[in-house]
Amino acid sequence: MIFFIFYRGLQNSNIYTPTIQNEKSIPNFNAKVFETDKIINSTQIFEKEKFYLLNIWASWCVPCRDEHSYLIELSNKKNLKIIGLNYKDDVKKAKNFLEELSNPYNTIITDKNGTIAVEWGAYGVPETFLIYNRKIVKKIIGPLNQSSLLEIEGLVK
Amino acid sequence: MKILKFPVILIFFYSLIFSNANSSSQNEITKNLRCLICQGQSVYDSDSEFANSLKIVVKQKLDEGLTEKQIYNFLEDRYGKWILYDPKFDKNTYFLWLLPILLFLIGGAIIFKLFIIKKN
Repeated sequence: MIFFIFYRGLQNSNIYTPTIQNEKSIPNFNAKVFETDKIINSTQIFEKEKFYLLNIWASWCVPCRDEHSYLIELSNKKNLKIIGLNYKDDVKKAKNFLEELSNPYNTIITDKNGTIAVEWGAYGVPETFLIYNRKIVKKIIGPLNQSSLLEIEGLVK
Repeated sequence: MKILKFPVILIFFYSLIFSNANSSSQNEITKNLRCLICQGQSVYDSDSEFANSLKIVVKQKLDEGLTEKQIYNFLEDRYGKWILYDPKFDKNTYFLWLLPILLFLIGGAIIFKLFIIKKN
């Protein structure tokens, strides 16, 4: 029995992935708008019966560079608004990052100490949430790729 | 003037005691939280970005007046049971909690059978 338990344990990944709970209401929070001193509430960002993509990113995050082209592609979709959550970043470096790779975000909010990311149940960067009607429809941990792009496009149709 | 000084000193000491109590509660809570991106470390022990953010969130929630249990529920709701080092007694953890008792009973029964019954 012990051999069986250890044998099964070997097959499991030792990297923890949080339980993805879809159809969960988005958190209510206040955040500072990128490059301004304006404080905005989440209800002002996420309107009802609309699709949003919340992308947690940072200029120091290497995988964020890899997924950026997918975000640019998704920014062309008319019925989807992309919200960027700039995580523990330097404003100047974040600005340079967007100038270099172009800006796919409709709105960018900042998370200087990472507490907003915790409210969302995120544990790192990059992480992406597809939201509809103020509910999380899909959560993507790690960088976006071709298959997640197709999945998002399919859901947003 | 002396009468005025007394409440000020009282408020100062009260806030000092309150902040110390919150700080020790924060340490107690973070010691019972697993750092999800670290290998075998608690949030209290870890210096990762994730752990540092969680420490701030726990402090904020304590300042807002949330109880220890409410904070655990808040984090469990977002990250699942795995974030807690001390799992709750429910249908998924029955085996985990009851296994030591079960082993104790089986062991006791074996000892009883081998020594007591044999002796008689």
